[in-house]
Amino acid sequence: MGNAKPETGAFFPRNRSLHPKAFTPDYKTSVVRSPQKALLSLNDTISEITGPVFGHEILGEKDNDLILNFARPGESALGERIVVHGRVLDERGRGVSGALLEFWQANAGGRYRHAKEGYIAPLDPNFGGCGRTITDDDGYYSLRTVKPGPYPWPNGVNDWRPSHIHFSVFGHGFAQRLITQMYFEGDPLIPLCPIARTITDQAALDQLIAPLDMANTIPMDARAFKFDIVLRGRRSTLFENRMEGN
Amino acid sequence: MAQQLNQLRETASQTAGPYVHIGCVPNFSGISGVYDEDLGIAMVNEKTAGERIVIEGRVFDGTGTPLKDSLIEIWQADSQGLYNSPSEMRGTADPNFTGWGRQAMDMDTGVFRFETVKPGRVPFLDGRLQAPHVSLWIVARGINLGLNTRMYFADEEAANAEDPVLVRIEHQVRVPTLMATRKGDTYHFDIYLQGESETIFFDI
Ligand SMILES: [Fe+3]
Repeated sequence: MGNAKPETGAFFPRNRSLHPKAFTPDYKTSVVRSPQKALLSLNDTISEITGPVFGHEILGEKDNDLILNFARPGESALGERIVVHGRVLDERGRGVSGALLEFWQANAGGRYRHAKEGYIAPLDPNFGGCGRTITDDDGYYSLRTVKPGPYPWPNGVNDWRPSHIHFSVFGHGFAQRLITQMYFEGDPLIPLCPIARTITDQAALDQLIAPLDMANTIPMDARAFKFDIVLRGRRSTLFENRMEGN
Repeated sequence: MAQQLNQLRETASQTAGPYVHIGCVPNFSGISGVYDEDLGIAMVNEKTAGERIVIEGRVFDGTGTPLKDSLIEIWQADSQGLYNSPSEMRGTADPNFTGWGRQAMDMDTGVFRFETVKPGRVPFLDGRLQAPHVSLWIVARGINLGLNTRMYFADEEAANAEDPVLVRIEHQVRVPTLMATRKGDTYHFDIYLQGESETIFFDI
């Protein structure tokens, strides 16, 4: 969090039109898992605007390096080596420092390391598929991994997930909590995917697609993709009603 | 033409999917050796002040089947009603209480379980006290945007009766969906995603 003044303002109301609706029947699992009654609007109280802090001391040296963090000594994960980097910003365009990012993905063949996973593509003994990092004072982060493969999934009879990395993002307030997925520029599976298509606002979907970033590619090593993440912004505390006891 | 607001748009949510455990609780999912411990597993230690409680329950889909692949996070005040957060301006929370917990549900039974303390009361926007409550955030395969709800304590009748959030709920018949019931040290709180007893979810 650096030396920045603690933020105590309420979050901007969430623009739910850019998020997927709960009930999206083309993504079949949502049918019985989507609330059907209207959400109850709740103006943020201190319960919503506060949130825990994650210090850099929780991080291990290789936490943001999926090529090495599960690999046997001297070995590394198989696949197309990539760097993913960018900034976590709020809706006011300010970098969010100290944000906890956790990411998970399939291996280069499209296979997850999970008991429930049944795809025939093989496990990579040197790839676990999880990583995490914390943004710096400017909201910047980076990770290294292999490009995840696309994989088929039981929904329609021939549905395939585009290559994607799952991101869980923890900003400064519990109301900012977000899980999303990053896609790769140019992947023809994106417009076909029932999960990607739960987002009906094209600009919002485009915002999940990371462009190839040749300027930050490491020659003879790894290509780079840029992925910025925007969390909800807060009202300025200026002229705002003070909370009791403040 | 007026000036531009220059406001960015929040990144859209996507479902946590069936493998959220790999990213958020890898040790639970069987991936060991990457992190020492899964985050959010321990909210209390032996020095934590306040009344120790357990929160236990399940999440049911519209067919009445308990979810077994979901992840729940909770956020709450300490026993004195203070949040362990830099945005807490009213005092310093118990350093031995994180206030934040994360649990996967049991893969066979669907039961989730948090060991925590009973939270104190915190003020509403206008200064009135809210009843003790825990904020919850639920993600899973099939849930496109994390669901926010609150758990209140059924045995806090007086505080609940004057809680500024509870009293203004139009359909009071739904208020019991937010109430956890006590048995010994355990508060039981089931969440219903759909149906007659659908839990109240909040747009926060
Ligand atoms: Fe996936």
